[in-house]
Amino acid sequence: MITAASTVTAQGDGFTAPGPANFQYPELFSVGGVDVTKPMVQLLLAAVLVFGFFWLATRRVAMVPSRMQFAGEGAYDFVRNSVGRDIIGSREFQRFVPYLLALFFFVLVNNIFASIPFVQFPTFSRASMAYALAGLSWLVYNGAGMAKHGPLGYLKLQSVPTGVPKVMYPLLVPLEFFSNILVRPVTLALRLFANMFAGHLLLILFATGGLYLATEYGGAIGIVSGVLAWVMAILVSFLEILVQFLQAYVFVLLNAMYIQGALADEH
Amino acid sequence: MKSLFLILAEGEEGGHTPESPLAIEWIEIVLSLVVFGLLFFAIKKFVVPRFESTYAERTAAIEGGLAAAETKQAEADAKLAELEQQLADARHEAARIREEAREQGAAIIAEMREQAQAESSRIVEHGKAQIEAERQQAVTSLRAEVGSLATNLAGRIVGESLEDDARQGRVVERFLAELETGTPGAN
Repeated sequence: MITAASTVTAQGDGFTAPGPANFQYPELFSVGGVDVTKPMVQLLLAAVLVFGFFWLATRRVAMVPSRMQFAGEGAYDFVRNSVGRDIIGSREFQRFVPYLLALFFFVLVNNIFASIPFVQFPTFSRASMAYALAGLSWLVYNGAGMAKHGPLGYLKLQSVPTGVPKVMYPLLVPLEFFSNILVRPVTLALRLFANMFAGHLLLILFATGGLYLATEYGGAIGIVSGVLAWVMAILVSFLEILVQFLQAYVFVLLNAMYIQGALADEH
Repeated sequence: MKSLFLILAEGEEGGHTPESPLAIEWIEIVLSLVVFGLLFFAIKKFVVPRFESTYAERTAAIEGGLAAAETKQAEADAKLAELEQQLADARHEAARIREEAREQGAAIIAEMREQAQAESSRIVEHGKAQIEAERQQAVTSLRAEVGSLATNLAGRIVGESLEDDARQGRVVERFLAELETGTPGAN
């Protein structure tokens, strides 16, 4: 990713290709010595939007739902039933619903920000923010497993595969521990971060590159390729909307699967 | 898996230079956790219970509605059975009444017939008695008339033919004898 960006820089003459620098925002203002940047404001805005929507939807709940309540129920049921109940199982899913609901819509809104005019930045292309949620997921699923099976019992369930000859244990136990306990938060964070980062980078590249080609580079080739780049930018925008939804869904889906795996009696 | 770790390691290696997109910014991590935590607690406290209570109410309402419908159905069935019972009773009753009426009618007709019989025989008896009385009366009055007629006749006979005395005398005797036997007018 980084190398790809640098090769573009090398190619361009007067064109400065987008790179990691595009993801560094200067502070907007400072509160008590803490510099507040645009992604931080977005983070807060997303939380307010998500809670605002659900608060409006549940302000006056009725047996026969209003239009707003109906929309809220649709959103709630999506996470509650198709993520929570179907994966964790109808016996234990209920207590994870608030977490999964908040997680899905928080990630979704922060991702969608990349396609909202004037915001146009995916919050989770700031890797640290993805680290935070992935670390929290790690705590949640391991905590749920340890609370149910006890710390040692849980580690045994996660690391020792069943139905395998004991001779294989020295090889398999470290591998299982590695993949189930250590790698999961890393892949969760990187998957979300990398998708958002790459998508945003691609969009900037097509948009600024198209502008440069059409105006600075000049000539028929410049104009044609510039227009082509903009068409690509529009197409990539649509693709990005899909990716934004998909990444939010995958993030919460994997959370549910990890929780289910941690609660399961057999690995 | 290994390559991912390499990327992460690379990122963390260069994590202290501001350029690396994988660098750890503690302030952003803390802020993310705080904001998400607040959202989580708000959703847990205000959103999920309301949805769940609505769902529970809805389930209860549907189940209650089903139970109520079942009760209503049972009630309707009982009512229908009762009505059918009543209808059968009424039919039975009607048949009984009809039968009774028929019997009564027959009895009435028989009684009337008897009465009419009695009446007619009474009338006949009465007529016979009257006729008898009238006949008696007629006989009585005839007898008186016959007496006068006979006297008349006798007077005439006496007055007209005294020569044939002996014959006349026989005639009168025979006539009277005939009268005696009760067969007048044989002459």
